[in-house]
Amino acid sequence: MQRIGLFVCHCGSNIAATVDVKKVTEIMAMEPSVVHSEDYQYMCSEAGQEKIIQAVKEKNLTGLVICSCSPRMHEATFRKAAQKAGLNPYMVEIANIREHCSWIHKDIEEATEKAVILARAAVAKVNLNTPLKPGESLVTKRALVIGGGIAGIQTALDIADAGYEVDIVEKTPSIGGRMSQLDKTFPTLDCSACILTPKMVEASAHEKINIYTYSEVEKVSGFVGDFTVDIRKKARYVDMNKCTGCGACMEKCPSKKNLSEFNRGLGNRPAIYTPFAQAIPNVPVIDTEACIKFKTGKCGLCSKICAAGAVDYEQKDEIISQKYGAIVVATGFDTINLDKYDEYAYSQSKDVITSLELERVMNAAGPTKGHLERLSDGKHPKEIVFIQCVGSRCSDDRGKPYCSKICCMYTAKHAMLIRDKYPDVNVTVFYIDVRTPGKNFDEFYRRAVEQYGVNYIKGQVGKVIPQPDGKLLVQGSDLLDNKQILKEADMVVLATAIEPNPDVRKIATMLTASIDTNNFLTEAHAKLRPVESPTAGIFLSGVCQGPKDIPETVAQAGAAAVKAIGLLAKDKLMTNPCTAQSDILLCNGCSACANVCPYGAISYEDKEVNDHGIRETRRVAVVNSALCQGCGACTVTCPSGAMDLLGFSNRQLISEVDAICL
Amino acid sequence: MSNVKNSSEKIKEISGANPLKCMKCGKCSATCPAFNEMDIKPHQFVSYVINEDIEALVNSKSLYRCLSCFACIERCPRDVQPGKLIDAARQLVVRKRGQNYLVPDEIPALLDEETPQQLLVSAFRRYRR
Amino acid sequence: MSIERNDQFRPKIVAFCCNWCSYAGADLAGSSRLSYPADVKIIRVPCSCRVNPMFILRAFEKGADGVILCGCHPGDCHYSTGNYYARRRMTLLFSMLDYLGIERDRVRVEWVSAAEGVKFSTTMNEFVDSVKALGKNVRLGDLRCKN
Repeated sequence: MQRIGLFVCHCGSNIAATVDVKKVTEIMAMEPSVVHSEDYQYMCSEAGQEKIIQAVKEKNLTGLVICSCSPRMHEATFRKAAQKAGLNPYMVEIANIREHCSWIHKDIEEATEKAVILARAAVAKVNLNTPLKPGESLVTKRALVIGGGIAGIQTALDIADAGYEVDIVEKTPSIGGRMSQLDKTFPTLDCSACILTPKMVEASAHEKINIYTYSEVEKVSGFVGDFTVDIRKKARYVDMNKCTGCGACMEKCPSKKNLSEFNRGLGNRPAIYTPFAQAIPNVPVIDTEACIKFKTGKCGLCSKICAAGAVDYEQKDEIISQKYGAIVVATGFDTINLDKYDEYAYSQSKDVITSLELERVMNAAGPTKGHLERLSDGKHPKEIVFIQCVGSRCSDDRGKPYCSKICCMYTAKHAMLIRDKYPDVNVTVFYIDVRTPGKNFDEFYRRAVEQYGVNYIKGQVGKVIPQPDGKLLVQGSDLLDNKQILKEADMVVLATAIEPNPDVRKIATMLTASIDTNNFLTEAHAKLRPVESPTAGIFLSGVCQGPKDIPETVAQAGAAAVKAIGLLAKDKLMTNPCTAQSDILLCNGCSACANVCPYGAISYEDKEVNDHGIRETRRVAVVNSALCQGCGACTVTCPSGAMDLLGFSNRQLISEVDAICL
Repeated sequence: MSNVKNSSEKIKEISGANPLKCMKCGKCSATCPAFNEMDIKPHQFVSYVINEDIEALVNSKSLYRCLSCFACIERCPRDVQPGKLIDAARQLVVRKRGQNYLVPDEIPALLDEETPQQLLVSAFRRYRR
Repeated sequence: MSIERNDQFRPKIVAFCCNWCSYAGADLAGSSRLSYPADVKIIRVPCSCRVNPMFILRAFEKGADGVILCGCHPGDCHYSTGNYYARRRMTLLFSMLDYLGIERDRVRVEWVSAAEGVKFSTTMNEFVDSVKALGKNVRLGDLRCKN
């Protein structure tokens, strides 16, 4: 039995006007475990807290019940007061007699009766409270950024500028991501490479940033502040330290006709390659599936030509194990597969392309050297049709239910650039809605219409029919004219929906970060914690969280960096002491709890158990209190009742129920 | 009025389609091979049902112009199924005549010269499904 | 102290509210002075998934006339999935209640966000009314061990 001190707050007249506080104090004084009971004007005031401290010392109290406002208001205050008095702060319970009682009831008798019951429930709970101690865990002052696109680069730069070590892990041979594939950016029409390349250089030159390209995250263990990550550095077959980036190997490589991933398969690259000229690091990799040396054992030309002797066919994958305090996910996006949209003839005609492919076509370093031409015959197109919302806003399983957000703007950009460079080309855009929320966005779109004469037609395209003469017959709706339009086009550009990089699911599983049905990572709170994952220590940057354009991505990247810095700046983390705990005598190792845990906090260990004299080794659940957030899902799931939640134990909650129902 | 509401509900019930899912993209009309023959276009059908303008629908020529090719159902991004709405409206007319089916002898009278043969074929196709 | 002011039936109602949404919603109902009957007594839990259906049966055993479980809206759970677990468990509990012969209407699950003070108050008013209409819960109460 505890020695409980009970304090009833008047809260001025907020409580005292409806609840007979004197009566509550008197009645509660008669409760068996209550050894001290008093009321006061404002318990949260300095003087009120002093009363608590004094009572604890004088009457040797072991628990406190404060009948006052919501614990969401002053629980922290009273816990601090308890600590000052030398009591464990978790020996305090609040009976909420203001928000849940005095403020909603008018009848004094009724409210007083309820206040007493609420106080009794709190007393019953405190009787079963145990002193709790928040755990401490050390913070490794190093961050990992997964993904080396603009989101990852920006996050890494911001974290590094604050003085912390950052590693970037990038799957492809170079950092740069999607943005490096773009030609121009809306709404200012900056050249994408011109604004991105300096950032890439800055990141690679930063003394605090370490870049692992051609690498993937293989395994993640640990928890906030103390993650251990295995990174697989895939064999490049070129020694990073020796290679000078002269490019002679790429020139001489005889296996030249391999589809360039960077050019979205529209151009070729050699078997030994860097994805693009400004690649960072400027060290090629060998594609073993295309390399003649790897396929037949003969060739080895690149090795012979390399003056630095950097080519090494014997190189092996390397696993790097590193500790991190924070992890930022910046895995970005890809366009969806169009196999299910056969009506647009994407697979039938080379002249039906996605917008991302058009970016490469428009780019001076792209497959057509920046000339707008049909990919089938290299002819200059006269009529170009853009189709919006291809795969976006679809409720069936062919596409994605969300709006991809960037398409309206990049289509306006493409249309404008084409009309600007080639005034002889007619541009038609079939749209459902034009969505341009953003600074200078609608003005930009209107310029495309008013200044550049782009023909916007409200209505979706039903099908694209390739004609024998190579033209494309576009059959679409004009909803405003209530007409069906047949239009001959030379090129059709599909504003293809974007989806999170397919690898993100694997990564989310490793991080136990939650993911939604569309594979976007879930944020901790949709409004108030938009760059944090519900899993502590994991932060979200860029499109992996939801569709966004470059400025939004950069802004979010900075926000994610700040959150990561906030974590790294701490030496130790205080963990929530109200965590689950497993009774090894009751646990039967069934794994039910681990299956419901959203944080991956439960693991299994073989432990020596002394069960009434029988010593044996059993597989039992162990809760990592640094990971456990204290939701209690496991406690209810546990079939043997071995799991319990500290601070909200089964016995505590049942005693509250009993006190209320008595 | 309530009668109108009933028939609108009935169309939804028979078709199993939810016109409220429509985002008015017009892909149904864009894809319709009989578009030019119709007085009420497929995408309009959806809003007619939403607005409960059933009178116009049951009197529409479109009921007998629709080929039941289901291209609109196939390609609709929102799973609204305008083709099924048209179909349901057609059934409503048939049922008004007190039956669940057309008597073969009646069919010639309903046909006009412009009715494509395919209509009959597709009607069978629908019932086969 | 039991106050028998009149013969009117005053039900005993236990409300489990999750700390992040519904408890805050109840606080908002309080600070907006939206009244609901004093018969409702709230127990704070970290998440609706912390509520073991056994707690609800225990409440009935001890004489409660109604139990309501409030959590965050589906998809908004602070712990991302807790309320889904709660929902599934409560579905099972309902069939258990049928088996025990306790009216389903004595238990309710309601999603109340931190911004829904009004909803909290109206929900409680409705729930108390419906429990009142059912009358005193005797089924489990009679079976309980008298201590």
